[in-house]
Amino acid sequence: MNVLAFAVVALLAVASALAMVLVRNPIHSALFLVVNLFCVAVFYLMLGAEFLAAAQVIVYAGAIMVLFLFAIFVLIPGKEETGPDPRRSTRVLAAPVGAILFVLLLVMLSTRFGQPVPAGAVDGGVASLGRLLFTDYLFPFELTSVLLLAAMVGVLVLARRGPS
Amino acid sequence: MIPETWYTALSAVLFVIGVVGVVIRRNPLVIFMSIELMLNAANLSLVAFGRRYGSPEGQALVFFVMAVAAAVVAVGLAIIVAIFRVRRRLSVDDLSLMRW
Repeated sequence: MNVLAFAVVALLAVASALAMVLVRNPIHSALFLVVNLFCVAVFYLMLGAEFLAAAQVIVYAGAIMVLFLFAIFVLIPGKEETGPDPRRSTRVLAAPVGAILFVLLLVMLSTRFGQPVPAGAVDGGVASLGRLLFTDYLFPFELTSVLLLAAMVGVLVLARRGPS
Repeated sequence: MIPETWYTALSAVLFVIGVVGVVIRRNPLVIFMSIELMLNAANLSLVAFGRRYGSPEGQALVFFVMAVAAAVVAVGLAIIVAIFRVRRRLSVDDLSLMRW
């Protein structure tokens, strides 16, 4: 049952990622990415990371994707990739390079990194994550707020209509 | 119980799809989405490794990655909109101004 659920969601995730890259209309790409982000949220749930699953849906599938769709609607593209690709010969190389990268990643991931902890001993719930964030990682956590503020100010500066 | 190796293998698949998307697409918005895909793949493997070694630190790292990704998307989309305002076409092949 567990394996079946994993297989179904994994298939959905890979299919939506491929569709996102291959579909021509950027709006469809964005919607496929939403499907993919939901699949990743389901994986977080399966891995016992409930907080991250909720944050994934709220932050990624909610805020970030709305931003993407907004940008797409503002820029009104949808036609810009219909013409012939002037660099087609270069871009065809993406497939073999991607395959090589995939093999390298698999080789890297298949190495033994150390002794895994037996399942059940894992403390990955919301409480332990919160305790970690507000003790050991308190300074990075506070720094995150400064980063978000800086991003907000930067976006306002960039989006403002200049004097010209 | 699914072994963590499956999750890391899946995240490798998603990461490679994101890399290929960055290379083959011309629309900067779709390239941005592919980058988000790669970030998600890395996050997935972080959570999987965190469970493997029984530590919530992987999840803490993913939390910070999410916050940084939000900032990156906001600034990046603002840059794309600003570029589009100056030149009406939206293709990364046209943007060779800073290439030496």
